[in-house]
Amino acid sequence: MSRTMTFTLKVWRQAGPDRPGRFETYRVDGISEHMSFLEMLDVLNERLAAEGKEPIAFSHDCREGICGSCGFMINGVPHGPLPRTTVCQLHMRHFKDGDTIVIEPWRAAAFPVLKDLVVDRSAFDRIIAAGGYISVNAGSAPEANSVRVPKPVADRAFDAATCIGCGACVAACPNGAAQLFTAAKVSHLNLLPQGQPERWSRVVSMVETMEQYFGSCTNTGECEAACPKGISLDFIAKMHRDYIRAKFLDKRQLARPIPGAEEAAV
Amino acid sequence: MLSSSAPRVVNRRRNYAAWPLDFYASAVGKKAVMAVTGIVLLGFVLLHMLGNLKLYQGAEHMNAYGEWLRTVGEPAVPNRGLLWAVRVVLIAAFALHIHAAASLTLMNRRARPVGYQGPRKYTAADYAARTMRWSGVIVGLFVLFHLADLTWGWANPNFVAGHPYENVVESLSRWWVAGIYIVANVLLGMHIYHGAWSLFQSLGWTLGRFKPWRRGFAIAFAALIVAGNVSFPIAVLSGAIS
Repeated sequence: MSRTMTFTLKVWRQAGPDRPGRFETYRVDGISEHMSFLEMLDVLNERLAAEGKEPIAFSHDCREGICGSCGFMINGVPHGPLPRTTVCQLHMRHFKDGDTIVIEPWRAAAFPVLKDLVVDRSAFDRIIAAGGYISVNAGSAPEANSVRVPKPVADRAFDAATCIGCGACVAACPNGAAQLFTAAKVSHLNLLPQGQPERWSRVVSMVETMEQYFGSCTNTGECEAACPKGISLDFIAKMHRDYIRAKFLDKRQLARPIPGAEEAAV
Repeated sequence: MLSSSAPRVVNRRRNYAAWPLDFYASAVGKKAVMAVTGIVLLGFVLLHMLGNLKLYQGAEHMNAYGEWLRTVGEPAVPNRGLLWAVRVVLIAAFALHIHAAASLTLMNRRARPVGYQGPRKYTAADYAARTMRWSGVIVGLFVLFHLADLTWGWANPNFVAGHPYENVVESLSRWWVAGIYIVANVLLGMHIYHGAWSLFQSLGWTLGRFKPWRRGFAIAFAALIVAGNVSFPIAVLSGAIS
């Protein structure tokens, strides 16, 4: 028998991208301590719908912490108070009965609010399109063991590849920078042998695309703390090093983005 | 999946043919420049503090040290030749450090035009990291005051050129000037506490053997500079130097 809890929610409500927004206060009771945060919002939304009111819009998909769809600020912290957890995996037992909880969307110029807690994260897609891929010839797959990867390198690439692109790093950053996301995506491929042919052009294109939409890194570490996958600041340092090397060493010709490459990738 | 509406570009990149400008046009490049100029300025504040320890040896040693700074290298280089060479490097480092910081600050403002409307809780960013702009601006203004006080002499009514020991004692005997020096050096220490750590990230010096030492290095460097520099006004006020 689980106990039930009552909360006061202050939720950001905004009807559309160019509409004014405000906090609305809701009281929810009868919430099981084992419900996830999103399930609590589901309960509230059903009540709102039954009353003929507009439900709260929020992004969600897998509800098992691996898709990166969900995410908003809970009491001023991306994905809420539990470290290395997405909102969908955050359970109400981590709050106290009777708590007031403030819920707000990510804030960044690159993440315009579409509705309530939903933001447009397609600026991330622009960064991926600029270099977050490897080019291979289509056809039969090569023999899997023909390219061997040292285990520590593979592990490190996997650590970077765990990024789910939720945007918490941008939301957490005092500067609205996307360094942790971009660094994870650059490092994931730049560590592996398959990523080497495009290593220098990748880092230059992805960094310079990122800088068109986001702020700059001041090494506060806020992103790493907010990341539900615990992606390390070391990847940011690695990306900075690759970018500096691409610009300084005799990689400059290679590092120039190929004209039209971005459009072709889109 | 790309949505149909294109995300808004807030920082339009200018393209330069010359590679130093091309590098500096990027924010990562500017941060690298801030790190390198920061290293130059760290080297300066360390040597400046160590040199000033000559205050504890008395007027003769201190004034001879000042004279040496003006005449070192003679006759191969003209009088004050090396002094000005160092000054040119420092002025350039200051200018680049400040320009990069200012333009990155504007870039970051554009990246979040609408801030959080509810309370924001920081979990990792320490006070020093969040106040770099303030500590930087205040230390920069202090450097101007410091030059007016002990290099140009405008802010020091009893200034005598070529007598640094007497000038320091005269200036720091004023309690409010001693206070300015102490507060500015504590802020300098906070700036170094974040900057001397941050430069490793900005230059990508993380994956080697540096990593476990970065924070310790920053704390030790900041503590050393603050301890040395704050000791001078305290020594003058307490009468240990007169």
